[in-house]
Formats: sequence, C-alpha cells, structure tokens
Amino acid sequence: MKAFAELYLRLDATTSSNAKLEALRDYFAAAPAEDAAWAVYFLAGGRPRQLVPTRVLRELATALAGLPDWLFEESYQAVGDLAETISLLLPQAFHASEDGLAHWVEAHLLPLRGLPPEEIQRRLPPLWAQLDRPSLMLCLKLITGSFRVGVSKLLVTRALAQLAGLDAKRVAQRLVGYTDIGHRPTAASYHRLIAEESSDEHSQRGGQPYPFFLAHALQAPPEQFEALLGPPADWLIEWKWDGIRAQVVKRDGQLWIWSRGEELVTERFPELHSLAESLPDGTVLDGEILVWKPGVDAGVPAVQPFAVLQQRIGRKTLGKKLLADAPVVLQAYDLLEWQGEDWRSRPQHERRQQLQRLLAEHPLAPLLLSPLLEGNDWGELARQREQSRNLGVEGLMLKQRDALYGVGRTKDMGLWWKWKIDPFSVDAVLIYAQRGHGRRASLYSDYTFAVWNAPAGTPDRALVPFAKAYSGLSDEEMRKVDAIIRKTTVETFGPVRSVTPTLVFELGFEGIALSKRHKSGIAVRFPRMLRWRLDKPVDEADDLASLQALLV
Amino acid sequence: MDLVIARPEGLYCPPGDFYIDPWRPVERAVITHGHGDHARTGNQHYLTAAPGAGILRSRLGQGIDLQTLPYGERIQHHGVTLSLHPAGHVLGSAQVRLEYQGEVWVASGDYKVEPDGTCAAFEPVRCHTFITESTFGLPIYRWPSQADIFAGINAWWRSNCEQGKASVLFCYAFGKAQRILHGLDPDIGPILVHGAVEPLNRVYREAGVHLPTTRYAGDVPRNDPLLRQALILAPPSAAGSSWMRRFGEYSDAFASGWMLLRGTRRRRGVDRGFVLSDHADWPGLLWAIEQTGAERVMVTHGSVNVLVRYLNEQGLDARAFVTEYGEEDDVTATEPEE
Repeated sequence: MKAFAELYLRLDATTSSNAKLEALRDYFAAAPAEDAAWAVYFLAGGRPRQLVPTRVLRELATALAGLPDWLFEESYQAVGDLAETISLLLPQAFHASEDGLAHWVEAHLLPLRGLPPEEIQRRLPPLWAQLDRPSLMLCLKLITGSFRVGVSKLLVTRALAQLAGLDAKRVAQRLVGYTDIGHRPTAASYHRLIAEESSDEHSQRGGQPYPFFLAHALQAPPEQFEALLGPPADWLIEWKWDGIRAQVVKRDGQLWIWSRGEELVTERFPELHSLAESLPDGTVLDGEILVWKPGVDAGVPAVQPFAVLQQRIGRKTLGKKLLADAPVVLQAYDLLEWQGEDWRSRPQHERRQQLQRLLAEHPLAPLLLSPLLEGNDWGELARQREQSRNLGVEGLMLKQRDALYGVGRTKDMGLWWKWKIDPFSVDAVLIYAQRGHGRRASLYSDYTFAVWNAPAGTPDRALVPFAKAYSGLSDEEMRKVDAIIRKTTVETFGPVRSVTPTLVFELGFEGIALSKRHKSGIAVRFPRMLRWRLDKPVDEADDLASLQALLV
Repeated sequence: MDLVIARPEGLYCPPGDFYIDPWRPVERAVITHGHGDHARTGNQHYLTAAPGAGILRSRLGQGIDLQTLPYGERIQHHGVTLSLHPAGHVLGSAQVRLEYQGEVWVASGDYKVEPDGTCAAFEPVRCHTFITESTFGLPIYRWPSQADIFAGINAWWRSNCEQGKASVLFCYAFGKAQRILHGLDPDIGPILVHGAVEPLNRVYREAGVHLPTTRYAGDVPRNDPLLRQALILAPPSAAGSSWMRRFGEYSDAFASGWMLLRGTRRRRGVDRGFVLSDHADWPGLLWAIEQTGAERVMVTHGSVNVLVRYLNEQGLDARAFVTEYGEEDDVTATEPEE
C-alpha cells in the first residue's frame, strides 16, 4: 500500500508526462506482480462496485474524529472530496502496515462489501490506524471509488510496453476489458499483459475487441480547412452519428458487442443478435448503435434522438413494447478485422472498401453502411453540415483516406476529426451555486441557470431553472464569479446558495427535449458555459419561449 | 463594558479612543503586524511592537509618526492600560492587551502558536475576552511538523539540482520567505530571491534574525549554470510573469497552509505544495483560546461562523466580529495573504 501511495504522490506532484511515465516504470519495475495487477486496474480507471455505503463511512469518520456532524459537513464542503476529508480528520498514525496493495484490496477492502454497518465500523478503525496520511487517503479513495490521478490509460499502456519491450498497441489490446467490472486482476492477468509476443496470441483473444480509435475536435473556421487539411478528396467524410459507439465482434460462431467504455453490452441489443449467424467468423465492425425508425413520416429522419436510446439503456428488462418503440441498428463505418486478420494497419479507404463489399454480399438486416458525403470543396461540405440538425446528426466526421486505425486519441497513425455543429445557445441567469470538487474544491463553481418564464415587460415574471453547468470558465473567471456569489448570497441551504440574480452567461448545449422531470418542462444535453455576458443585464436574458423555439 | 467594538473604520477601543489595525484612516492606530490588511497608510499616529518598527517603516514610509513599545511593557492611555505581547506570526507581530477598570481584553491580530526562530514565540495572555482570528478554523487544518516540511523542501530542491533544474518556491515576501530561508539547508546550492523579498530580508537581518546569504535573482545572467542549482524565492504574483523566463527549465512549488488541500494546490498549478503557515491550525486556535482563560471570544476573519458555533457548543460565549482582514466567511477561495 505504501509503495502505491508513493506512486500516487509522485504522479500527483507533476504535470509532465515524461515524469509520470518514469514514476510508473519505477513502480512497475519494483512491484510484486499481484500488486502491479491491481495498480494497473486502478490507474486504467477500474472501480470495484461501492464497497461501503457513504453514510456508514461518514458516520464512522465523524465519530472517530470526535466532531459534531455539522463540522464534518463544513469540512467536507471545504475539501470537496470525501476520502481526502476523512484522511484529514482521522487521528494521525505512523505507518505500520507492510502489506501490499493486492493484500489490502483482496483481504481487507473487497470483503467489506455487503457487510452490516456495525461490522464495517468494527473492521475499519484498526485498518486505518496502520496507515500514514498518504496511504490512508489512498485507501479511502479506493473505498469510495474516487481514485483519480491524472494518468491516462494510454500512459499506463506506454509504461508497461516500455518495461516489457512490447509494442504499446499490443499492450493496449491486451488491456481491453481489464477494468471490466467482472474482471478481477491477479498476478497471472498482469503477467499476460506484459508477456512476450506469442504466436497464438491471435487465437487466444476470444471476444476481445480492439482499443477504440478516437477523433479530435476540429475547431478552425472552414475557410482554413484547405490549408489545414488539404482538399476534401483526401478525406472520407461521413455524418457524425449521435448514438453509442460500439464494436461488434464475431468469432468462433459467437457474437460480442462492446461499448466505447469497454463494457460488454451484447445482452442490451437483441436486435443485433442475428449478426451471429449472418456475419462471417473473424469479423470486427466499428460503428454506432442508433434507434432507427425509417419511414414514420416523410421529412423526419429515421435516426431517433439520443434521449430515446438513453431511456432504453436505463431499463433493466427490454419488453416487447420497448423493442418495438425503440428498435436499434448498427451504422457500420469501419472494419477492424476481416477473415480473422487484424486490418487496423491498412489504410482507411481499403478498410472502407472491404466493409462496403461485406455489406453488399451479405443481407444483414440490422446493419447499415454509414454513407459517405461528397463535396468539391469545403464550402460545399460546410453547407451539407448545416443540415445536420434536421437530419438528427451531430455534424461531420472527417477520416484521412490513408489513416490507419490508431489507439485512443493518438495522432501518429492517421487522423479522425469530428466537425461538430455549433451548439444551441441561450443567455441564462445564474440563480444557485454550489461548491465544486477536485480542482474546484471550495470554490462556488457548479451553477444552476434559469431563463425568464415570460417576455420582457411582463409584470411579475420569474426565473425558472432549466440547466446545471460547471464547465467552460477560466480559473480566473471562476474566482471572480465565486467572489460575486459570496457577496450576493440570499440564502444558504446546505451546500447550495441562492444568489441575487446578477450574472448572465451564454449557455451552450447539444440537444434539447421536453421533460416532465424539470420545472421548466425542458431538458438540455451537455450544458456548459460558452461565455460570461458581462455586457448583458439580467432583464435581457432569454425566456422560455426562446428555449421552446429550439425544440422544433 | 466592551473594550473593543467593531466600527466602520476598524476595531475601536472606546475608553482609550484608539483603533486596532484600522482599515480606514484614523487618528490613533495600534498595529498588530505589518501585513497589508492590518497595517494601512494614512493614520496620524502609529503604535507597534518595537521589533516591528523596521517592517512598518519599510512598508508604510520612513516618515510615519510611529511610537514603539517593547513586548510586555505597559503604557496608560485615557485610563486604559495597554501592552503588546508576541503573537508568533511574523517579525514584530503582537497581541494587544487592554485593561480598563479590572476588565482585560486581548486582540490577537494574526497568530501562530508554534515557535519558528524568526520572531518572538506566541505567548498566551490571560484575559476575560479574547479576539481571535480564524483563518484556518476548520478541523481539517492540522499542520505537519516544521521539520518534516523543511526536509521536504530540501529534498525537492536537492532532487531538482540533480536533474539540473531550478527550484522556484513561491511564498509571501514578508514573513513566509524569511521563515523558509531560516529553515533551509543552505549547503544544497545558491539561494536567489525576487526583488520583493530582499528588502524584507534586510529588515530581518537588522533585527538580528539569522538568514543565509541570498542574492538578488536579477543579478544572475540568464544562462548562468548556477541557476540550475538554485532555489529561488518569489512572491506568488511572479508566477506566469516574464520574470520567470530567465530560469529556463524549473520545478515550482508554493508554500502556504492552503497547500494542505489537494484541490487548492492543483488550482495553483504548481508541481509541489508545502504546507507552511504563519497562522494557527485548528488545534492551535483551540489551544490558544483555552490558554487565555477567556469566557468570551470574538472571532474575526476566516471561518468565522464555524469557529463561533463550535466555541458556543463548547460552552463559551463566542461572537463574530466583522472586519476587513483577510477574507470573510469561507476560507481558501481567495487564499488571503498569510
């Protein structure tokens, strides 16, 4: 545990990737395999299911610290992280435990799940008393599931690859599914990550998908595209679908569907199960799962809003009605494996051609081919992009004709750009604020925004909340807003403050839908602050009518 | 009778007709210490502890009308007996003891209970009413030992030296910088300081505080290899300025009590945070309050509401005093000067 806590401190003490890489290499070179196995798991984003109910943890910590509840709460509000708060409040101890990370996780922490509260409260204090503060904080972060340290999965992959003398892509591929909730890291699974290349590597992979290749956001104005990207002919251009990115793996007569979070979601999409018969063995497709209802109404796109798909994901059981109301398809746009061979090192256009041939030769009902868009110049494509909203897509994808299929957000093997449509935007008024977490701890950085319920000039009109947002401001702006919130507070309810409305922000969001759950009757997707409208008085903020106009 | 009340100009002693650390110009000002939010210009007569005279003059001007008083010595003013006692915060910092008709009040200004060798150590003074600050008034604030912190700073500096990187340590120029200089291992390498720090070093040295040799960073040529071995002390305002360019590759750190929280450190955007404060931590505040034997406690700047509520629950008569020191209400947001 101490060695992992020291790694955490080293990683946390620098913003340099090279320094982090070095820290990771040093740790993995020295760590026993069973500890390294868990370290990879946590660093790559693995989280066991909640081990201890938060309430039990808080009560225990409050009692051990000898504090009244309200003072624990004040402390938590100032720190913004439960694990860190508790580590700062518990009596300090000298480090006494020689046990490694694996022993701590397997013998001490995992068995806590499901125990009665009294038993948890009996077991935890003697465990905590063996840890110095850094180790204690880490232990608590593992318990609360809030372990994060600014290391990307890619960086972990690179550290392991360098240590084992392997290609990073190979390690990345072996790492797929490693953090899946059903996987328990062991010394053996760690050894498999760093083992030498073997000839039967390919046949041993079962239903493993490939690491997803991700696109970068294109933010330049279209006039600069020619200079930045060359002619459109160098690119394969598609719509940017708004669904669930997925890989469909067909091997050995069996079908696996993986989401971008490397979660196995096969059971969630029975419509696609027929692909187990229709796709040839040794095929891996990359595409987007969408709710698709063609021909309902002329002029209405077949693709349904993400919200419809989201409702379906939320259900425990998929009833007949649901399947009829919200049927899914896969819009396929890439072929990663064909006839059992890894095609990722072939250029984009070659993969595309084979994908087209595959779909032409096989009658594959739930499978569609994501169409290519044509344009003589970027201006023409920009005009097509204007149609995105009517067509139910998020903009365009530009894929370099010769791009290989990279790992994650890499740029060295070829490029994918996402050229999204500009977000919806309205000018909204900040009415509530709450303190943030992590870097924003103790700053009022999470805001609730409102619009007017009637046009300007209406007597007694009021502000109705419709969205929460916390991103988009610079640190300096956030500090200023924080100071204003403190000065204009009207009331405090727990961690939330209501303020005299003085602040107007241009709020951007990706989607908008009717909602019964919100007071305003409207729900927006991915709201964030685009800019602070210092020039706008509160009276001139938008009203509900301007939001409703966006619904059409 | 209340010996101190809050007025728009500052904390006021009615029977003595003078102010303590006023934030608006007044005729008579007793100054607890030289930090900017406590010692302001424009007052007609100043009184401060003798060891703080140099600081006050260097900050407010040589021409101010300043009377000084050695720690512990009593003077009478309109029937009020006034004496100054070490607050352990920075050089010359003092608690103000007021006695009038058998009633004793102590206004602490800012204080730190742990001695540090750069100023007279905090001395508890018995009183009926104690006016306390509450900058770090939450139980999460418990300072690590100074020895550990200095060992950490030295290790960081040494490791940067080995990698050929300059070590830039941000800290407030008055108090914190001198405390760091006093505690460092000067054998690791050269110590350079920003222009804002050196004048204060001079005052400390003149007051007899031992500080290692420092050089003005501006005197070292840009590509001098010496820079890569050096520790540089600079005020936080230098971060991100063009002044920093001269150091080439460097690691940076910030020394402040606020660095105890991971979020605050990350917001600063520095590599390392060293938890070093001129203020009492939570146990320090409670200890100091207890030592005074006071039954009434007036709480100023910091976590006012928290400390007031906590002390009331402990059976004391605690109240809030609204001041313009530091930042009112919640802590850490703006990280007031320590």
